[in-house]
Amino acid sequence: MALLQIAEPGMSAAPHQHKLAIGIDLGTTNSLVATVQSGMSTVLQDEHGHALLPSVVRYLEDGQIAIGHLAQAAQSADPKNTISSVKRFMGRGINDIPDTTHIPYKFRDTGAGMVQIETRAGIKSPVEISAEILYALRTRAEKALGGELTGAVITVPAYFDDAQRQATKDAARLAGLNVLRLLNEPTAAAVAYGLDNASEGVYVIYDLGGGTFDVSILRLSKGIFEVLATNGDSALGGDDFDHRIFCWILSEAGLPPLNQEDTRTLLTKAREVKEWLSENTEAQITSVLSTGKLVNIKLTAEKLVDLTQTLVTKTLNPTRKALRDANLIIEDIKGVVMVGGATRMPQIRQAVAEFFKQEPLTNLDPDKVVALGAAIQANVLAGNRSEDDLLLLDVIPLSLGLETMGGLVERVIPRNATLPVARAQDFTTFKDGQTAMSIHVLQGERELVSDCRSLAKFELRGIPPMAAGAARIRVTFQVDADGLLSVTAREQSSGVAADIVVKPSYGLSEDEITNMLKSSFGAAEQDKESRALREAIVDAERLIEAINAALAQDGHLLSLEEKSAIESQVQSLKTTSQGTDKDSITQAVEALNHATENFAVRRMDASVKHAFAGQDLNKLEL
Amino acid sequence: MELLQRNYFELLGLPTQFEIDLTILDQHYRKLQSEVHPDRFVTASSNERMQSMQIATQANEAYQTLKNNTARARYLLELNGIETLEESNTAMPADFLMLQMEWREAIDDANAAKNVSALDALLIEIKQMAKALSLNLNHQFAEKAYTEASESVRKLSFIDKISADINRAIEQLEN
Repeated sequence: MALLQIAEPGMSAAPHQHKLAIGIDLGTTNSLVATVQSGMSTVLQDEHGHALLPSVVRYLEDGQIAIGHLAQAAQSADPKNTISSVKRFMGRGINDIPDTTHIPYKFRDTGAGMVQIETRAGIKSPVEISAEILYALRTRAEKALGGELTGAVITVPAYFDDAQRQATKDAARLAGLNVLRLLNEPTAAAVAYGLDNASEGVYVIYDLGGGTFDVSILRLSKGIFEVLATNGDSALGGDDFDHRIFCWILSEAGLPPLNQEDTRTLLTKAREVKEWLSENTEAQITSVLSTGKLVNIKLTAEKLVDLTQTLVTKTLNPTRKALRDANLIIEDIKGVVMVGGATRMPQIRQAVAEFFKQEPLTNLDPDKVVALGAAIQANVLAGNRSEDDLLLLDVIPLSLGLETMGGLVERVIPRNATLPVARAQDFTTFKDGQTAMSIHVLQGERELVSDCRSLAKFELRGIPPMAAGAARIRVTFQVDADGLLSVTAREQSSGVAADIVVKPSYGLSEDEITNMLKSSFGAAEQDKESRALREAIVDAERLIEAINAALAQDGHLLSLEEKSAIESQVQSLKTTSQGTDKDSITQAVEALNHATENFAVRRMDASVKHAFAGQDLNKLEL
Repeated sequence: MELLQRNYFELLGLPTQFEIDLTILDQHYRKLQSEVHPDRFVTASSNERMQSMQIATQANEAYQTLKNNTARARYLLELNGIETLEESNTAMPADFLMLQMEWREAIDDANAAKNVSALDALLIEIKQMAKALSLNLNHQFAEKAYTEASESVRKLSFIDKISADINRAIEQLEN
């Protein structure tokens, strides 16, 4: 009998070093993970065959954590320790949550900053709770793919601001995921659709999820997805429809204010009724409350349309704004793609069809399309596709501005600017010898500081002392391809770089994240030191791999001496990273980074030249 | 560094002149981003990721600047060492000042009457004016008449502002 050859886990089925990359749709109601296998984007299922993981986390009495269906089943029984729709709290303060009376959780009043929830497992930040969901998906993927993941693309609503994006990235870090890119959900959906249908032209993505609404307008051309405009409402989704039904049940059945269990029970009923009415004309709502009271009422589809009409209309305003920002009219739109479970509702489809004067596209599962697109992008970013035929050019959804005199906001980067984008602004000192200053960055479209969202205060320190008004401090605001802001500052006359201390308004500080990392996954088996060492080694390995690939491709851009200098640094990093001294590994990484600075510049220059190689510029001259 | 010394036209592989083919600009911009965008360097070293972000940022800035007639003219004047002084130099010919006042009055009237189609019509009229000014710029740059070109840029800049105001007014009326 022939013996089967079985490779070591993680080494299997990797003929061309196929990198394991995943796409994660971290949703308000449900989350999914997908990957590209044999050229096809596929959603990965759990051992029970479920693709959707309910975004619910329960902290159990015995210290265990239940995630997904198990947690969801306990929602009514243990409402305080079972957190659902946590995405709504990411990067948000307590005052941002419109109506806490129907939310059973015990919020901790932190005064300022991101909300926290008191559970029996202690005080939890939305970042930590989201990390549990991501960790569950990561485990699912590792089991299914049989190896260590190169990285993940995680989707966020296009209309997420900087704080919400940063919170998502922090959650991924806690879950031990290497984030290849934060990708906007509508863009991910467009990728899944575009590649499936080989479409060209201008498309609208209408994405109504559990808790967020996004609308994006994209131009598809030869594998390039260019986002022209995006708009939305980061606090409007299917949950709001459930809530309308819930309130209607309360008034129709003449119910007094309910306890948390009954609230949860009726909210769940409301969701079921909403889903039922997408395909039926009437629904019977029957429930026995903890008081023994029987609720037994009928809701017709017609009445549901009536109850939720204003919510449907509320999605059309951002749609109009996005069209105007893109400088387009309805006739320019080639197709409208529906994304998100809430777009199954007939009243939504009808409203969209009437608005755009065409039937929306619904041929991909609206629950899965975002994860499928994210997986395709993850596959490309990890370097598995050799043909460079997919590129996403996304935009910043909300303008960035600075606080100026009188509580006004001065716009620095306008909304819908293509990423990455940067702007420099010059500042000067107010007093003689001033060595520090604070810059307040806001996000939003309004003129008053109080009407915009506070992102962070950046404190610049180490400005050389000069007479008032003499210093010229150039502050550069850079928004990267993930839509995340970073700030650098330099005094122009002296060339001195200022130190920057960031105080995020609704985010976590580096210290808080480090503390969470210490107490998070795997803390029992690995102490802090070994985790740090492991991270340093992974960094070193990634760098070595990157440099080797660059040398193989563009070694000819270097002289023989330069090349051998780099090679010897690579060799020395290899040797060092065999050891257990974290600091010397970090130093060797820095040394190699330093040694390859010029090489990086030359490679980039070659890329620019390559873009127009063989083209005669003069032939365009008139 | 050689890379940072390219002007926006050179970066996008176009001749440094006012008259450009917008279709070629579009094509070149996409071609360039396909080469330099951070998505192409996710697994590269941190140096290369930084480089890629800087060049992709420049490419976006260059594209936005060259795509827009006013911005392209202003940039080209800047390359020729001429500042357009739009903030400080508000001197305009009398006929253009008259036109400005008429437009402002028309906006106020349409606003008061909540008349969106009047605002739309005004936008079209103003766009035609902008088109004529852009045609003038073609000649002015061809003849290196930079003083005249500066004045055209100041006029266009005013037209851009008033168009934005009209768009905002329409948005408010529609809400």
